[in-house]
Amino acid sequence: MAANPMNQFEVYRIGPEIKMGTIDISFTNASLFMVISSIAILIIFNIGSKKNSMIPNKIQLLAELSYTFVSKMINDTAGSKAKPYFSFIFSLFMFVLFCNMFGMIPYTFTVTSHIIVTFVLAAFIFIGVTIIGFVKHGFGYLKLFVPNGVPIVLLPLIVVIEIISYLSRPISLSVRLFANMMAGHTMMKVFGGFVISLGIVGGWLPLSFSVALTGLEILVAFLQAYVFAILTCIYLNDALNLHH
Amino acid sequence: MIKKIFFQLIFYFFFIQEVFSAESGGMPQLDPEFWISQIFWLTLSFGILYIVLSKLILPKISANLELRKSQIQENIESAEKQRESSETKIKEYDALILKSKIEAKNIFKNARDDAIKNINLKKEALDKEIDEEIKKAEKEIMILKKKAPEKINKIAVETSTELLKKLIGAEINNSSISAIVDDLSKNNGNKYYDN
Repeated sequence: MAANPMNQFEVYRIGPEIKMGTIDISFTNASLFMVISSIAILIIFNIGSKKNSMIPNKIQLLAELSYTFVSKMINDTAGSKAKPYFSFIFSLFMFVLFCNMFGMIPYTFTVTSHIIVTFVLAAFIFIGVTIIGFVKHGFGYLKLFVPNGVPIVLLPLIVVIEIISYLSRPISLSVRLFANMMAGHTMMKVFGGFVISLGIVGGWLPLSFSVALTGLEILVAFLQAYVFAILTCIYLNDALNLHH
Repeated sequence: MIKKIFFQLIFYFFFIQEVFSAESGGMPQLDPEFWISQIFWLTLSFGILYIVLSKLILPKISANLELRKSQIQENIESAEKQRESSETKIKEYDALILKSKIEAKNIFKNARDDAIKNINLKKEALDKEIDEEIKKAEKEIMILKKKAPEKINKIAVETSTELLKKLIGAEINNSSISAIVDDLSKNNGNKYYDN
């Protein structure tokens, strides 16, 4: 059988070993695709915003559609108070989307299939949202854990559940993206391996599965980026407009 | 719902870890060798991406969109204005046309009335003239009619004297001949002139 389906997630050093003190911060294939994604986003949106023609050309249209898409998403879920965080959510959505999409090209590395990357993003969002919540509402932000209209008897239980669910947000956010990416890519690799091992006679079935999975994975790549961004918006909404 | 998915995912996560750690030394994701490097490069690339997007690119796109929106709004407003002005112009034009139609009708009516009056006047004058002419001619005819028998008698007398002269060769008294002619003409006169 072909290589281990987990081999595609292997991180290896590109170029020399870079050390900052005792910490290893070498440039790896993961770093390469983070940089490639960022540069691709910057190039596309730079071209898309350079010329302002009354009737936009294709790249300008792409940039403006993404802009309105994200701005509408933020406005719908977090309201107009979330305007200052637009750039961050836009960058986040685009970064995750491009990392997912670059991962769909054969022989590339999927940055978001690593739990540490998604966890750092999610933890940053979690800490940021918590800080925003406390800055906006002071200790009143703790009311988030006490829903309205709950019987007094149930209150201790509900508060504990709410706190656990709040604290598990970064984990659920990061694991959702990471597990989706990893599972999809592993599955594609496994089916690809079946194509080789079953040969010209039996390989057609897993090949057709592989083709269908590619379409599905592209959908998942977009959907997970969208879910990541929209959950960020929802958490932000909790911090900005205390509804409970 | 989200919690359910979350717990399923946790379960899935550990399940996969179990499976692959048993087979080939675990998932590369859980190997902490390059974690710091990944965090560093993620912070660096995402930080630069965020700064460039938020400081340079997104304001430009937003300005472009605003500009287009305001321009479209302006165009719509000016189109609305032009439509209104064209509507008032159409109304003016309609009024003008109605007025000129009435004027034209009046002019036509006046002209017709004038023409009819003129025609009637001329007709009357002509009728009078014609009547006069007719009367004159009738008078002349009457005079001529009256004179005609006398002249004929004279001519008859002269011709008969000439004839008699040629036939007989003798002068005959005029008065006897004219007496005969008068007598004849009195007998036959009514045959030729219906007086």
